[in-house]
Parts: sequence; structure tokens; C-alpha cells
Amino acid sequence: MKFRRLIQANLFRRKARLLLTLGSFTMALFLFAFLAVVREAFTRGESVASASRLVTINRVSIIQPLPLSYRDKIAALKGVQAVTHNNWFGGVYQDPKNFFPQFVIDPENQRKVMPELIVPDGQWDTFLKDRQGAIVGARTAERFGWKVGDRIAIKAPPYLGGQAWQFNIDGIYHGQKPTDDESQFWLQWEYFEQNVPPSFKNMAGWYVVKLDAPDDAQRVAKAIDTQFANSPYETKTETESQFAASWVNQMGNIKFLILAIGSVVFFTLLLVTGNTMAISVRERTGELAILKAIGFKDGTVLLLVLAEALTIAFVGAVLGLGLATLAIPALAAALNGLLPNLILSKSMIAAGIGFALATGALSGLLPGIGAMRLRVVNAFRRI
Amino acid sequence: MASVNNNGSSDALIQVRGLNKAYRRGGEEIQVLQGLNLDVDQGDFVAFMGPSGSGKTTLLNLLGGLDVPSAGTVSVSGDEITHMSSSKLTEWRARHVGFIFQMYNLIPVLTAFQNVELPLLLTRLSKSERHQHVETALSVVALAERMHHYPRQLSGGQEQRVAIARAIVSDPTFLLCDEPTGDLDRRSADEIMVLIEELVNQHGKTVLMVTHDPIVAARAHTLLHLEKGVLVEAGKAKPGQTISAGSEA
Repeated sequence: MKFRRLIQANLFRRKARLLLTLGSFTMALFLFAFLAVVREAFTRGESVASASRLVTINRVSIIQPLPLSYRDKIAALKGVQAVTHNNWFGGVYQDPKNFFPQFVIDPENQRKVMPELIVPDGQWDTFLKDRQGAIVGARTAERFGWKVGDRIAIKAPPYLGGQAWQFNIDGIYHGQKPTDDESQFWLQWEYFEQNVPPSFKNMAGWYVVKLDAPDDAQRVAKAIDTQFANSPYETKTETESQFAASWVNQMGNIKFLILAIGSVVFFTLLLVTGNTMAISVRERTGELAILKAIGFKDGTVLLLVLAEALTIAFVGAVLGLGLATLAIPALAAALNGLLPNLILSKSMIAAGIGFALATGALSGLLPGIGAMRLRVVNAFRRI
Repeated sequence: MASVNNNGSSDALIQVRGLNKAYRRGGEEIQVLQGLNLDVDQGDFVAFMGPSGSGKTTLLNLLGGLDVPSAGTVSVSGDEITHMSSSKLTEWRARHVGFIFQMYNLIPVLTAFQNVELPLLLTRLSKSERHQHVETALSVVALAERMHHYPRQLSGGQEQRVAIARAIVSDPTFLLCDEPTGDLDRRSADEIMVLIEELVNQHGKTVLMVTHDPIVAARAHTLLHLEKGVLVEAGKAKPGQTISAGSEA
């Protein structure tokens, strides 16, 4: 690269300005990475949702239960491979800040419907025989230092009496992919049924339906909802992906919010770096005129200016994304499991570098075109 | 030997015919050069003098392909440059013209070596070949030992010598000097002029120079006066002689 020294010398011409511009890119890309992982964590349910699973909830709200008797009726429908039912437990382990999702599960069908969450057979067999047994996700087990065989107490929520329930950690599950949720805590349906007030008995929070084929999703969902229409417990059935999306939307339009913040950040970055590049080029009008006088073509001058802007953008992006790679695990730990695992994926890093380079190119384009169009004679007249 | 009014040799290196340059300022047309004719032979050293605004720098810009005339032609080594596209003209400048300016116009963030190397970045020379050419050019101007100094670490005279090295490093067809000693004290100006004379007399370079300084102008082979856009031959000397400005030798 013959022009490397020229580009480098121009970049380091004003070190303070270079550092500040690099800092702008670094902070913007750090923020980009942070927003991207949070957005991905919020919407991961949609992306990892199985195409062949449906979720059936009470038509009024997910906090309204459904009769347990629906299970066999749903299972009997054509196209349904398996049905499992769940309930939300919502207990507190030691401190309310130690949040993690706790589900009451149906041991008979859980693994048929959720095969991607893997529990070793030996641990699963122990769990089946242990009414106080629990299976916990690897991330939550690591967070609290739990091992198989540990005995822990979780304080039940007030609507279940607020007493401490004892559990034996019988197994630890792992996801097949890094994006699979490894934060859940599963407890036995029987244990739950025995300890809840009578009004909660024989009621499920929701059903998860495994289909024979994803193409059947709309037909089966309609069949389920039609079957229970005009009953005291009408249902609303969606694909797992739709369910995850509406769950996130309950918290507001997270995607839009994050996109809006990201757009403002990049637009501001574009203005800041565009202005910096414009000043930097204007300061060098005479030098650019000399380069053109001795034979540098218009295109070469444009490329020199763009190369400077792109170098700043690329280095700033690498610094910002590198900083984010170090900071995001700490951030995830600080969130105490409020969000699923925060993952800065390769595609996010590539998108970040792409955004930075696009911003760099745009910020260098106008001053570069100005430099390209500079008439040597006019420039000499000004210096 | 340079001559005006079409009485030079037909195989002159630079041939200017009917050159006009007019600017439009506030609706008024200002005629800077009017029907100039000029022939400059290979190895000639021509000085242009004239009052401010007489068109000296405009003429230099037209000869160097930095500006385009309103009418007329400029041919160098048989190539007519006045109708070349901007891109072709840029390529032509890189191959044929070396520029030396009053204010040196070095890039302050590059060393002397890197400044001199700039024109070679546009060639196909390898890094080692470029290195060799730059060292040679800096040796010609006696600044090889200062090649790693930045312009701010050099005196005005040394900066102008670096600028001369930059102008000659790609071995151009001719050199255009716009007030090369205008920003220097007499001693440094003399050193620069000795160097330019060496380039003409020992290296066979063709030099066209604009100056306000009669002492500097007297060192040229041919002295031409520009007045109100018209070129007037003021003096000629044989190589090795000097002329006194404003009179025939």
C-alpha cells in the first residue's frame, strides 16, 4: 500500500482530534453492541422458537389458568404429536433480586415437547422418582453454585402461602445451542398440586403443543381455539414464535425503541465525524492542491480522504466492539438473570463493523468530493 | 533559445500559440493574457518578469496544465495539452512538469524523504527503486543527510531545496518555478539559484521561472517581460553569461 504513510501521517496530524473521533466511534460501537445484545435477548424467543410448537393460553390473559382436562382433548386433535402443560411458580431464592424463571412441568411429556433442552437420562430418572426433585438450567446452576444432589429452599409466592418449599437438585439441563435458555428451574407437577390451594388444583397455566409438521400450525391452532370457543375458559393459540413476540411486546415496542436509539447514535456519529473530516480536509486545501498539481488524480485524492475516514471508523469499531466483548459478560452478571444470556454474536460484530464503515464512508464522502473537485489554481490563490 | 512572436525553431520543446486567458469578475471580463506566442527550446532557462497582475503566474499555470486557456494552444514535445481532459492533463503533469513554489508547499507531516517520494507514488517503481531515486534527488540538492527531517526542522532554503528535489525526482521534461526565491534571504536565494543553474547547465533541464527579483532574473538565459498580458523579449544571454533585466544582452 504505497499511500499508507501519507494516510497515516494525515491521521496523526492532530492527535487530540484523532483520539476524540476514535472515541466517538468506540463509544457508539460499544453502545451498538450493548443495544444489539439486549434486543437479541428480548427477541431470542422468536428466533429460537420451534416452528413445530404451539402455545395455548387463556384467551383473557396468560395469568388466567386453563383446565387440566384440556390436555387430552388437545392431544386427540389430528396433527398433534405431544402436549405438555406448565405453570408459573414465581418463588424467591434467598433474595428477590435472585430472579430466575421457575416452571412447574409435566414430567411425562416435557422432554417430548422440548427435546432441545437436554437432561442426562440418569438424572431424569432420579427426577421422575423424586417428588421434591428439580431440574435446573446450567446457567442458573452455575450462578448459584448448585450441584446435583444439593438441597435448596425456595420461598413460595404469597398466593401459594409464602412458605419455603424444599427441593433436591436432581439434574442439570443444557441447551443444544448457545442461544437456548439455560436459566429455567423445573419442579414436579405432583409436588405443586399437593401444596397449592384447592382453587389452583387441576389447572394449568398454559399448554405447549408439539406438532407432527410445522405446516399444520395454523390449522391446529384454529382447531384448538374452535374446540374451546364459548366455554368458560376460551383459548388463544399461537405459534411459539408469535407467543414470544407478544410476550416481548407486553413490555413495549422494545425493537422500535432500540432501533430508534441506535439510529440517533449513528446519525449523531455521522454528523460529528462528517464535520471533523470536513474541517480536516479544509485545513489541508493547499496540500491537496499540491498533490493534484504533481499528478494525483481526482479519484486518488477522494480515495485518500475516504481511506482516512474508513481507518478511523474501522479502528474505532474494533475498539468499541472489543470493549463490548469484555464488558457484556459483566453486564449480564449484573442483571442477575433478568434477561437471558447476553451473547455478542459474530453477525452482530460484522454488522457493527459494517455500520461503522458505512458511517465512515458517508462522513468522508462529502469532504472527499470537495477535495476531488478542488481546482488547483483556485486553491493556490487562497494560500 | 526561447523566443516570442513565432520566430523560434519549429521543433521547440514548448510552443505557445495565440494564448488568451480571460477571467470574468462581477460581470466584467478581465483579459489577463492576449494572444501570446512563445517558443522554448530544450535546456533553456527563461525568466518572466512583470508587475503584479500582469499574468505571470497565470502563464505559468497554463504552461503547467493547471489551468486552461480561453483561446490558443500550448504544446509540449509535440503534445497539445490545451485540449486534454482533466484526467489526462493530471497524468501529463505527473510525467512532464516539476513545480517549485515560493512557499515551498511541502507536506508538513511528511519527512523530506517522504515529500520527495510523493510524485514517485504515482509510478510503477518498486519501493527500493523509489528509495534510490529519492536519495539521488536529495543528493543533487545536497540534503541527503537530512532526509528524515520534517519541514519544520529545516531552514527556508533547505525547505526549498527539498521542494526542488521533489520537482526533479521523477525527471520531468521541464520545471516551472513561481518566485522560487521570493521567501528567502539573499544568501539562501543565491544558493537556490546556483542549484537551478546546475539543473539547467549540468543536467540539461528546461526551466521557466517567474520572479520579481531582477538579480534572480538576470541569471536566466532569456528574460521576458509581461505587461498588460503581452509578452516582450527583454534580454538574452549565451549559456554561462548573465543578462541585465530590461535590456538586450
